Amino acid sequence: MSRWPGWIAGAALVALPFVYHAPYPLHIAILILIWSFAYTSWSAMGRFGLTSLGHGGFMGIGAYVTALLWNRGGVSPWLGIPLALLAGALLAVLVAYPCFRFRITGHYFALVTLALGGIVMQVITAMRDYTGGSLGYTPERYQGGSSLYALQFSGKTTWYLIALAVWAAGLYVWYRVDGSMLRYALEAISEDEDAAAAAGVHVTAEKLKITVVSAAMTALAGALYCQYQMFISPDTVSGISVSLQMVFAAVVGGLYVALGPTVGAVITILMAEVLRISVGTRAVGWDNLVYGALLVVFIVFLPKGILGTVLAHWQR
Amino acid sequence: MGIFDVYLLEAVINGVLLGGVLALLSLGLNLVFGVIDVVWICYAELIMLGMYAMYFLSRVYQAPMVLAAAICIVAVGVLGVLLHLLVIAPLLGAAPINQLLATGGVLFFLQSAATILFGIEFKNLGLRLPVLKVAGMFISYSRLLAFGAALIGMVLVYLFLTRTYTGTAIRAIAQDRQIMTLMGVDSRRIYVITSALGGGLAGLAACLLVLQYDVHPFVGLTFGPITFLICVLGGLGNLVGGFVAAFVFAEIISVGGLYLDLEWGYVFAFAFFIAMMFVRPQGLLARRS
Repeated sequence: MSRWPGWIAGAALVALPFVYHAPYPLHIAILILIWSFAYTSWSAMGRFGLTSLGHGGFMGIGAYVTALLWNRGGVSPWLGIPLALLAGALLAVLVAYPCFRFRITGHYFALVTLALGGIVMQVITAMRDYTGGSLGYTPERYQGGSSLYALQFSGKTTWYLIALAVWAAGLYVWYRVDGSMLRYALEAISEDEDAAAAAGVHVTAEKLKITVVSAAMTALAGALYCQYQMFISPDTVSGISVSLQMVFAAVVGGLYVALGPTVGAVITILMAEVLRISVGTRAVGWDNLVYGALLVVFIVFLPKGILGTVLAHWQR
Repeated sequence: MGIFDVYLLEAVINGVLLGGVLALLSLGLNLVFGVIDVVWICYAELIMLGMYAMYFLSRVYQAPMVLAAAICIVAVGVLGVLLHLLVIAPLLGAAPINQLLATGGVLFFLQSAATILFGIEFKNLGLRLPVLKVAGMFISYSRLLAFGAALIGMVLVYLFLTRTYTGTAIRAIAQDRQIMTLMGVDSRRIYVITSALGGGLAGLAACLLVLQYDVHPFVGLTFGPITFLICVLGGLGNLVGGFVAAFVFAEIISVGGLYLDLEWGYVFAFAFFIAMMFVRPQGLLARRS
């Protein structure tokens, strides 16, 4: 398949903010890119049957570690974000290693990760003297709000380009995994763990690799969201609804194709915005009602997701 | 006995009472998992709807408490059957993860349906049950009631499972679903009965929780995760294990919350859970090692 359409689409995406820079659509575009990256991170492991219901926890770690280091220790996000990624990766190892070592799979794994997400959210809420609890937390503005050192920019174009770059990096990781031996090992594991182990696949190590990659990427999404929005609360970056939202978007878009989670993010965020604008404040709840119903319908009728189904149809 | 010990004892007793409620919460979920091999992620949302049913029946329509509770239990039982027929049954052959995610979608759906229908205000029954004062300790009457009802509910379920023909069939299906179908047990019928029973238990839990907690569309998120953890800690599908795990969890939350904030009680409970996954990955009372 020719690579030209991809490069042209990429160039168009980079050029977009210079041609068209109305603040509101750009804001939505940035949110879509950040969340697409988060969903892609989730699907990096989710596509191999490692269903995590606790990725909101990693996202919360990424956001809060970055913000706390900046506000409390004056640590620039340039150092803070790598530390946050490290924290996310460490947490992933701490929880995932025993899970994989003791063969906790399927339902059990999903519920253990659910507990993990719950812990992170409760810790953030309980440490309210530091994190502001459920009221949320704001990174301090640095010199009027635009500074490379503090990774704070008032211009939407800058943020758009940053989000675009990170999103593209996420896709790059996805393709790297897709073309590696890791993918074959993990696919074998998700089919039959014992058979894979018998064939010489180091089950625990391979699963741990993808989990750490996925957790660190999700933490980066959290840090990015925090730097862009300049406000985080346990509900918006952590907790069960965020975790389920990731799963939902990835499944609706298509779990097994690279751009599936992105399509999921575009659909879910646009749907929420359209509902919010057209129905107004009465829309509270309607977006999730439609999400929930769609999720059930998709899993029953289109388990490959929108993009997955379209691509499968097209290739036939 | 020093004043401090009284507080500790009070926390321990409250923990036991909380344990009863948690045990009841996990019972329905565990039963459904053990028999149908499906985790209802939206289980706590069924309870939330049950709490709303109680609120409307008893507060708005002034129905007597016992009648309201009976209607609530039946209604949530019917919801359980609907959930099974509409969502779970078409997915019985699909990957287990898909079933999990589909009920996750139902969670979103029920939560937002409640937001749209009932609004986000906190609602309560507006009745204040007396507080029992024993030897300097304060024990809430509603918790005592919930504990008692939870125990009775569990004994009834136990008797149903062990003493009736249908109950025996349910336990048999849980042990081996292929063989039992060959031996003439209609697994679809058993699944529907189990779903009704699981829903009914959620309804009973709702009747008891509404005495102590305000109801709002997101109330499920506050005790949903803890219910799943109890079931996993006890070994998914293992009813006795879930029962023990509920009391362990409740004590950790209650005593941990005594020394620090209540959130820390939950944090300890979660941390304990993850630590236990290292030690006993198949649950506290593993059926087979």
